[in-house]
Amino acid sequence: MKTLLKASAAALALSVAAQGASAEGKLVIYHWFEYMPQELLDKFSAETGIEVTMDTYDSNEAMLASLKAGGLGTYDVAVPGDYMVEIMANEGILDEIGDGELANIGNVTADWADPAFDPGRKHSIPYQWGSTSFMVDREVYDGDISTTDILFNPPAELSGKINMLDSQGEVLAMAAIHMGIEQCSQDRDKLKALNAMLTEAKAHWASFNSDTAKEVLVSGDAAVGQIYDGFGAKARAERASLEYAFPKQGYVVWMDNVVLLKDAPNRENALKFMDFLLEPENIAAVSNYARYGAGVKGVEEFLDPELATLPEANPPADAGPGAFIAVCDEQTQAVYDQIWTNLKK
Amino acid sequence: MAGGAATGASVTTDTYAEARTWLLLPAWAVLGFFVLAPVGMMLVYSFLTKEFRGGVIWEFSLAAYDQFFFDRGLFGDEAPKIEWTYINIFWRSIWQAGLATVMSLLIGFPTAYFIATRPEKVRPIWVFLITIPYWVNLLIRTVSMKFLLRDNGPLNEFLMSVGVVSEPIHIINTNFAVQLGLFYSYLPFMVLPVYASVERYNFTLSEAAADLYASKWTTLRRVLLPTVKPGVIAGCILVFVPSLGSFLAPDLLGGAKNFMIGSLIEEQFKGSAGNWPFGAAAAMILLSMVLVILMVFARQQAKSGKEAG
Amino acid sequence: MASNTDVRNYPGFVGITILCLVILYAPLIVVTVYSFNASASITVWEGVSLRWYADVFTGPDSEKFKTAAVNSFSIAIMAATTATVIATCAATAMVRGGRFRGRTLSFGLISLPLMVPEIVTAVATLIFFNAIGFTRGYTTILAAHIAFCIPFAYLPIAARMQGIEGTYEQAAQDLYATKVQAFRYVLLPLMGPGIISGFLLAFIISLDDFIITNFVKGAGVETLPTAIFGSVKQGIKPNIMAISTMLLGVSVVMVTISYFVSKKDNTQ
Repeated sequence: MKTLLKASAAALALSVAAQGASAEGKLVIYHWFEYMPQELLDKFSAETGIEVTMDTYDSNEAMLASLKAGGLGTYDVAVPGDYMVEIMANEGILDEIGDGELANIGNVTADWADPAFDPGRKHSIPYQWGSTSFMVDREVYDGDISTTDILFNPPAELSGKINMLDSQGEVLAMAAIHMGIEQCSQDRDKLKALNAMLTEAKAHWASFNSDTAKEVLVSGDAAVGQIYDGFGAKARAERASLEYAFPKQGYVVWMDNVVLLKDAPNRENALKFMDFLLEPENIAAVSNYARYGAGVKGVEEFLDPELATLPEANPPADAGPGAFIAVCDEQTQAVYDQIWTNLKK
Repeated sequence: MAGGAATGASVTTDTYAEARTWLLLPAWAVLGFFVLAPVGMMLVYSFLTKEFRGGVIWEFSLAAYDQFFFDRGLFGDEAPKIEWTYINIFWRSIWQAGLATVMSLLIGFPTAYFIATRPEKVRPIWVFLITIPYWVNLLIRTVSMKFLLRDNGPLNEFLMSVGVVSEPIHIINTNFAVQLGLFYSYLPFMVLPVYASVERYNFTLSEAAADLYASKWTTLRRVLLPTVKPGVIAGCILVFVPSLGSFLAPDLLGGAKNFMIGSLIEEQFKGSAGNWPFGAAAAMILLSMVLVILMVFARQQAKSGKEAG
Repeated sequence: MASNTDVRNYPGFVGITILCLVILYAPLIVVTVYSFNASASITVWEGVSLRWYADVFTGPDSEKFKTAAVNSFSIAIMAATTATVIATCAATAMVRGGRFRGRTLSFGLISLPLMVPEIVTAVATLIFFNAIGFTRGYTTILAAHIAFCIPFAYLPIAARMQGIEGTYEQAAQDLYATKVQAFRYVLLPLMGPGIISGFLLAFIISLDDFIITNFVKGAGVETLPTAIFGSVKQGIKPNIMAISTMLLGVSVVMVTISYFVSKKDNTQ
């Protein structure tokens, strides 16, 4: 009994030491999985003395759910995609960045300085941008892949070998593009058709997974996989037969952004971190790691030259248009939720 | 699980009767605050109105239960029909957990019987061998299973190298993989209670039956089984109940495509669905089902206890 | 005795037992073997190496796993200790407190965490912490762990106490020991093996827990299972197998200790 108590006291001391904040304070980041090179965090810590903790999520929706389920007030920054920035701002869970609070805000490139999802960049700074489409294993299928039929109405060789992202936004937006329906459509017949099409397509799908999207393609467990372009480039590096498709119907484009969360426990450090990521050299390190584009001026000299010619980042001339995911109103969203639930049952 | 306090040769005295309130207080406080109160709060939440994109509004509503049982169409304005989606998810979970239980019984019963009929000295070693995997982290066991079953994993490689199959068998991301995972996770829970009851069994009964020319299998079915039934039922419950609400096996082995109850509930809180009252209602329905099963079991135990003596 | 009347042996049962052991051990053995693989790929075998064990301690993820391990073990030790103390008190009241009103109810409450499916407890705890405004973090994990460890500590302790004759304490009291002394010097030492088993069981259960922890953990606080889960979601990597093998080692050591404790108990 006594030894137990002693061991317990020692454990307590140990854990308190582990939890103890360092003098310069902390920064708690809520981030996508596999999206931030550890070396860059180490560099930030070395420069500022701030101790960084990072938690990861695998979809915009999961991140929002977790923040609303008591996560708010424990994280300083998160990295939502474009449409999620808008949703979070509407939810009132983002803090405003005051004028002059970010020394490097001028580094943002002109086309990303005033995006529709965050007018005037009041809550966010650019992180990375790219596209979401899908990859096909050319060893399994060598026909035409520049069509969304591969996902929703696949040829027999690919049926049952498809992994979809476990993300409502990405799957439903892609489905709308496939059918030529506008996103957030309120037209009942179109929504019914969308639901029916997805129900049929589901029979061809093997799994819903975001965080294993690369792994299932590399290991050969899936022959087709919905995937982000940079993640796809990494997959191709490990399995050369994978090819990223640019469907003629179109595909999803996105920009992930670092946002300042409401009730951030370390607001000052969060701003320091944002300034850090606006330095061309630093954000270029993210691009080199994650294989996506940056929205900051002057990154070119730090970028891996390979990035410029990545097939995943350079759509061919006949590719369809890229579209951002739209934010639906509550009533329409309820229908989309219903479609998504039907899909996953 | 049940019967811990009801075993035969238990000694209960009243030596510390006057201190019992104080002695029980910490347990009452901790469990009351961290288990009972949360379950009560969950019951309350299941009757609240959902907030758009996660959270609740403190207004009474039956919407969560309505959503569970009734289908009002894609737009929520059609005449209510019975909603099969969630009933099917529950049914699938029961079916998966049931198959896993049957598999555990088919493998676990002979194993338990075999161990219980070994010489007394070596029995603990066999039991020890059966229990070791149970002490290993469930997550790690499930991950190991996933690794083993992959299309080009060690199992398929082995089967192909010995020539049993010419092409890899596709197991991962199927219902069978989930059953296999559940079966593997909880197999020791079947072996141990069955073993305990077979060990106590008086084998002269079987020998007497055999002397009266009953065949071995008749003896097993008609003489042994009725006597060890409580152990078998306990084993089935210990496998079935955790399987029913399990989350790891469907998620890691089933590819998260075919929802089971656990994943359905998780999705309401951590995934994109974000409907807290509905998640709370689904959890309440699961809890009610489990409590009914346990109550039937407890009654059965009490009955067979009476019959026995 | 003719084989037909040999009721202790049924044809095929040996085979099934061996099959049972193969099923239980094959995945663990495969993972253990592959944790020594020199290759960076999990599918190719390139010879024996300790590379991935080194990677666990020095690799890019080492910091994360180190923190997770410290959290896991400190939570397990504190939760198991607290639960053991609470369970010992409760067992004393239940087994040595005579018959009283609310005894059945108390037993029901103590075994509640065993009856409620884990996912339900997890959701309920999340809702509760959220409703009363508890910030999720290390403390919330610890509190939840203490609660669900209590029944696991209670069962072996109560079972042991039921096996101890009341006459020992009676004799001590006849020799003018107070009740506290009788408890401290007679009952408690006899309870040793039960308490150790209860503690070890609670410890393993805490170390093992994924579902509840996953729901109540807060910003940046990971335990080994949640860290492993996060990592495994992106595919099984060799370093995960090395960590798994090490945890397997911890479990085997614990179960061996409890085996010998109970063996000592039997030969007493």
